[in-house]
Amino acid sequence: MKEYFKNIFVALWTILVGLRLTFKHLFVRAVTIQYPDVKLKLPERARNRLYVNIDDCIGCKQCEMACPVDCITIETVKALPNEDLGVTSTGNKKRLWVTKFDIDISKCCYCGLCVYPCPTECIYMTDVYEFSEYNRHSLIYHFSNFTPEEAELKKKQVEQFELEQKMKKAVKPVEQAVANNPANPEEKS
Amino acid sequence: MATFEITTRSIKGDLKTDTMILNMGPQHPSTHGVLRLELVVDGEIIVDVIPHLGYLHRCFEKHAEQMTNYQQVIPYVDRMDYVAAMGNELAYVLAVEKLMGIEVPERVQYIRVIMAELQRIASHLLAIGTYGLDLGAFTPFLWCFREREKILDMFEITCGARLLYNYIWIGGLSHDLPSDFGKKLKDFLKTFPKALKEINDLLTYNKIFIDRTANIGVLPADVAINYGCSGPMLRGSGVKFDLRKNEPYLVYDRFEFDIPVGEGKMGTVGDCWDRYYVRVREMEESLKIIEQAWEQLPAGDVHAAIPKKARPPQGEVYFRTENPRGELGFYIISDGHSSSPFRVKARAPSFVNLSVLPEISKGYMIADLVAILGSVDIVLGEVDR
Amino acid sequence: MTELLNMLIASVIPLLFILVYAIVILWTEIKVASHVQDRLGYMYTGGFHGWAQPIADLLKLLSKEHITPANSDKILFILAPVIVFAASYAAYAALPFTSTFIAANLNVGVFYIIAITSFVVIGILMAGWSSNNKYSLLGAMRSVAQIVSYEIPTALSILTVVIVAGTLNLQEVCEAQKGGLFNWNIFKYPPFMFIAFLIYFVASLAEVNRTPFDIPEAESELVAGYHTEYTGMKFAMFYLAEYANMFLVSGIAAILFFGGWNSPFGEFMSGPAWGVFWFVSKGLLFVFLQIMLRWTLPRLRVDQLMYVSWKVLTPISFANIMIVGLWAILK
Repeated sequence: MKEYFKNIFVALWTILVGLRLTFKHLFVRAVTIQYPDVKLKLPERARNRLYVNIDDCIGCKQCEMACPVDCITIETVKALPNEDLGVTSTGNKKRLWVTKFDIDISKCCYCGLCVYPCPTECIYMTDVYEFSEYNRHSLIYHFSNFTPEEAELKKKQVEQFELEQKMKKAVKPVEQAVANNPANPEEKS
Repeated sequence: MATFEITTRSIKGDLKTDTMILNMGPQHPSTHGVLRLELVVDGEIIVDVIPHLGYLHRCFEKHAEQMTNYQQVIPYVDRMDYVAAMGNELAYVLAVEKLMGIEVPERVQYIRVIMAELQRIASHLLAIGTYGLDLGAFTPFLWCFREREKILDMFEITCGARLLYNYIWIGGLSHDLPSDFGKKLKDFLKTFPKALKEINDLLTYNKIFIDRTANIGVLPADVAINYGCSGPMLRGSGVKFDLRKNEPYLVYDRFEFDIPVGEGKMGTVGDCWDRYYVRVREMEESLKIIEQAWEQLPAGDVHAAIPKKARPPQGEVYFRTENPRGELGFYIISDGHSSSPFRVKARAPSFVNLSVLPEISKGYMIADLVAILGSVDIVLGEVDR
Repeated sequence: MTELLNMLIASVIPLLFILVYAIVILWTEIKVASHVQDRLGYMYTGGFHGWAQPIADLLKLLSKEHITPANSDKILFILAPVIVFAASYAAYAALPFTSTFIAANLNVGVFYIIAITSFVVIGILMAGWSSNNKYSLLGAMRSVAQIVSYEIPTALSILTVVIVAGTLNLQEVCEAQKGGLFNWNIFKYPPFMFIAFLIYFVASLAEVNRTPFDIPEAESELVAGYHTEYTGMKFAMFYLAEYANMFLVSGIAAILFFGGWNSPFGEFMSGPAWGVFWFVSKGLLFVFLQIMLRWTLPRLRVDQLMYVSWKVLTPISFANIMIVGLWAILK
């Protein structure tokens, strides 16, 4: 019997305590902001959309290997000896043409593992988080300056050059042998 | 697939009654994720519960074998228990470090403790908030999330992400604490006890909430141990077992904190209210740990012990830590010559805790099942991996 | 002719009141909910804190398609929301908005209101049955059980007031509470009238299906409520009926216990026009209390709900009415 009345009083009392609390919260300032009119400033280490400064990229493919979901695709073409690609802002000499640098940002898991191995710090995470697209294929970001045709052209140039080099190397021992033994070119000295 | 039997029962006269099969389907507001529960009910009373899992299976263990190194597995480990990601990373990294025999600097260990305890508070806040939401109390949910935001803000200034961190690395951490971390932490330590008291006043001691959760889903201690339950499920049944005290890892043995245990204050020992209350009390204990850790935090370099290439010797290791949901264990086999794991097996606490659901919900009503499921506190990412 | 005109005006005014009140209270409920939860709520539609949002919601509901389930009982399906709303609206006929306006000055006003609000039960049962949905039927049956069980404490606590006031006529109940704050019914025979008010308030929460008794209509744990299959304007009728019911029971609480259209200051600020103000604000105060309770408390389970009704409210209201009756006789 006493339990019965005690239950009723406890119920009423806890309801009143709860009511007082919620009433007090009616006058507490709201903690939410009116996004998209007001946007919070993200901290400096925030990991959102990736960005690649292609001028600094030396084509080492470290980021491609580090990515756990394989969202980065890089293709490089060796530079010919007469071509000078210049120097990155961190002082590294560039020796490769980066013909394809694609990041599929829809696959990216925003872990940041690609940022740490980059020797020139050209790939980093920005604070951009509003980049939705209507078309799924627009989410594949192409960072390279080369169009596919230019890339093909560059590749052919390099292949041509390598072929010439090989030819030269093949001709060189024959010439040497001829110089040493003009009578019998086949005989090695 | 589990099998079930439809029981027929005849009462006095010619009335034959059957049990009904009800489906609490994968999409449901109260199942905390994609979990399918097949209920065999007799009227309103539950006769059997058959959970069907696998709706969130993402082949984590297979992925781990395909990664090029141990470091790349960490984002995958994050995504298992996405609510308490720091705990997952910690367990995996400690397992790999044990396999490789790496000694991390003291500063790294203290920071890991702080992060793990902050994550415990955040995870329990979510558990408590959604538990109130399941039972119809809409307000504590938002108050809990308001507090959780402060913790996620602290995580964001440290490692850049709010939910899936990739912060605890093999041999150290990815970043050291930023300069404004101390101020944010101190503010949080000051305001959180008040907020917790408010949530307690509104939800924990509310008579209606107590009526809904006390004496419901009673899990006896021996059943809990037999099923392999861990975490607040086990401690709510009165068993004082916590891996941070029984098998201390990191620097937990240097801190003074208590292990809250369910005492049947509002009902029987091991009912839903006990498990819920253990979580509330654990948050207070985590606050104590964080305060002590912050005071004792030594200086040092967090990148000092990070190996260039994590190549563990041949062997296997099983390491377990106290996740907010229970004991998270990683069993890693390394074959010595490859830089990626041969086999990673995650022993997820929610998976094992969920197995006890049919046992503790027999004989209760359908409306109680929601309360029981909320008190088990599962995260489907962990259950299905 | 003037009879007809009078009847028309008397029936339109409460309807207009219900419609305007519903728009205001929809906005208030969400704003109260948001600020209790430390967030902002409606901010966008119409500019200042989204005051036009309920109107936008109403227009949206009006423009939705009317889907009727395949094997449903079509007549019952269409009639159910009409009956639920009509019952609630019909009870407004006996409410005295002020000393000079009451739509129907019935000598059995109290009795009439208790009887008419039972019509809601029929409407809910029709809705649940005609939806041809196992879960709607279960939800409807639960709701019916809830409302019918809580009729008894409601009626008993109202009867307590009838004993004190000596009449069933609502206008006379208000007249008898003239003279300022302490002449109100709640302060008579202390504390039993206060207990009667508490019982009435809790029971009326269950009548209106509000938290903590909102099993039938919450995203209830397993099944959806009796109005799952309803779309568009039919659903809006259920919604409107719920809010109309809320004000109805709050208004009755105000009339029976808190002086109705009487001013708390006695002669100051009283008069026919002031009467409307006092009545509506007292009603709105109790509606506000109901809204606050919704966002504070968790839900009761069905059997706990029945326990509260049959084992707590009914015995206490029986005891209450006997004590007040004896006291009134012996006085």
